[in-house]
Amino acid sequence: MAVGGARRLPAWADYGLLPLLNLVVAFLIAGLVVLALGENPLEASGYLVRGAFGSPEVLSWTLFYATNFVFTGLAVAIAFRAGLFNIGAEGQAYIGGLGLTLVCLYLGDLPFFVILPLATVAAVAFGAVWGFIPGWLQAKRGSHIVITTIMFNFIAASIMTYLLVYVLIRPGSSSPETATFAENAWMPQLWQLGAALGLDLPRAPLNLSFFWALICTLLFWLFLSRTRAGFELRVVGRNDQAAVYAGISPARWQMIAMALSGALASFIALNEVMGSHHRLLLNFTGGYGFVGIAVALMGRNHPVGILLAALLFGALYQGGSELAFDMPAITKDMVVVVQGLVILFAGALEHFFRPSLEALFRRRRALPA
Amino acid sequence: MSDLWLPTLLLLDSTIRLAAPLILAALAGLFCERAGIVNIALEGKLLGGAFAAAAAAQLTGSAWIGLLAAMAFGWGLAMVHGFATITHRGDQVVSGMALNILVAGLGPVLANAWFQQAGRIPVTAEDARFPSLTLPFAEAARSVPIIGQIYAELLSGHNLLVYLAFLAVPLTFWVIWKTRFGLRLRAVGENPAAVDTAGISVPWMRYRALMVSGALCGIGGAYLSIAQNAGYLRDMSAGKGYLALAALIFGKWRPVPTLLACLLFAFTDALQIRLQGLPVAGIGEIPTQFVQAIPYVVTVILLAGFVGRAVAPKAIGVPYMKDR
Repeated sequence: MAVGGARRLPAWADYGLLPLLNLVVAFLIAGLVVLALGENPLEASGYLVRGAFGSPEVLSWTLFYATNFVFTGLAVAIAFRAGLFNIGAEGQAYIGGLGLTLVCLYLGDLPFFVILPLATVAAVAFGAVWGFIPGWLQAKRGSHIVITTIMFNFIAASIMTYLLVYVLIRPGSSSPETATFAENAWMPQLWQLGAALGLDLPRAPLNLSFFWALICTLLFWLFLSRTRAGFELRVVGRNDQAAVYAGISPARWQMIAMALSGALASFIALNEVMGSHHRLLLNFTGGYGFVGIAVALMGRNHPVGILLAALLFGALYQGGSELAFDMPAITKDMVVVVQGLVILFAGALEHFFRPSLEALFRRRRALPA
Repeated sequence: MSDLWLPTLLLLDSTIRLAAPLILAALAGLFCERAGIVNIALEGKLLGGAFAAAAAAQLTGSAWIGLLAAMAFGWGLAMVHGFATITHRGDQVVSGMALNILVAGLGPVLANAWFQQAGRIPVTAEDARFPSLTLPFAEAARSVPIIGQIYAELLSGHNLLVYLAFLAVPLTFWVIWKTRFGLRLRAVGENPAAVDTAGISVPWMRYRALMVSGALCGIGGAYLSIAQNAGYLRDMSAGKGYLALAALIFGKWRPVPTLLACLLFAFTDALQIRLQGLPVAGIGEIPTQFVQAIPYVVTVILLAGFVGRAVAPKAIGVPYMKDR
């Protein structure tokens, strides 16, 4: 975006057309990969779309996955808005899951409405600390946030493996996972709530966290565009020297943004651990933190964009597993390929189409109306 | 003494084996970061190299063709990185992350379709893998205490690519510090505008740095799949590319300190493997996860400036624009 000059692209092209173009190219290349596997890309897309949206059941699964991606997308985006690239959402979510698990395991006798806030606070505290430390190291010690968060992902993985193998493991179990939580500590799934209201919803792990994700998106928008604090955070991200002149401390907002980022990432644990598995599993984060990067970039760090991008990736995850079932030549890893391509085209190559698009709009404007 | 001597020797021996891919990837990182390009794609290039080497070696039965394929694939990934970050001035970290994720997905997808082994590529033929080399007189030297044993156990018997990795260190030192290419490369990373003023193309210098880096990473990947192991497995680079990046920072972007950092990280890895399930006198069983985490913790502490200071090339991560 041209700062201090005329906007060279209309907003709808900047926020709609450009990301769409990048997405189309990413999917075209993914289609070429499918061709190389000896399958028909159109047929594969058909399976994918039907696998993601074709029935109430698969749609529930799509929304379940999308919930994770809303959380990590918002997490990566709030750091981006403060000018920081947080690669550590994966580790922050993992450590957040530890906080949540401690509450659910050891306070499982309490009623659900007491456990839920306690578990959420614990997840937030753990995840926020895991995000805050790299933020503090960046702001106060100048360590590069990218490298630090990569290292923190590995450190988190080591800590969690240790705890799951030696400390939290279910007694007598050979696989590294905790005991199943008491049912008081299970997040109600939507079909259970539906049954209470007399509705017949498909049995999928989609749970209350989904609504929490929507609320978080709203809060994200309110915070960034309607509060003074959010404004200060954005100023720091845009131009930290201007921030200093305006009396805003970049260091302070970098640390806060990273803590918020870690807190948002930790909500994955609500959806996955409390809402679906009901116990802590090794690697329960399953790379969702990295998907958040693609979601934030594709959604241009805007709450509406993030919702749409999260839905897209939720559909890719759910539709991808159905596709792998229908076309055994295409494994679930194809989703990871698409994810990489989206980050490449919507992120690294975001300037790829911009010059030609701008030239196109200039020419249109030059023509007499 | 003697019952400690041999295990120590074996520990150091496996340190050398584990250090080889780290060294190759770290030197690859050195070339492009010295030229001002952040390369967190080392991980993806290693993994891509491992995939390409295994696929080509298994199909042709030749380890050398496997190595060439790995270098070509690493080179190709580096060119994509260059196209996004040099030509189109995209974010270098985002581009690197995109490549890492892309390769992590592409490898298993293609391997599954081409070899039908659930995303693995086994390399079966003898000639499709690089053999270990026995240095001359190694067997005869074994009977000589200490020096002979060091020669026979520690220095001899490694894979060809291990020797190549260690040779690459003095070679890199020479190229970076003693040649005109190296001088220009460093200048591009510190002050690209000055290089531009001297009539040297900044993008072309950076592209060339990436080419070297991609090929070196490819060799590291080939080592993983057709020298150290017999085939490609998903995510087999297992963070080695990131570890190499950490070693590069730890080594302050200099070849010899970087080598030492790689050896240190490889040693903690070797120690961790050795300690698995082994009670240590007085302490009991040490959880290997803690030993495993040492390189990462060390890097964080170093980056925070608590122990020495790691100063990166000045222009690192900044796309060069002529008209600024």
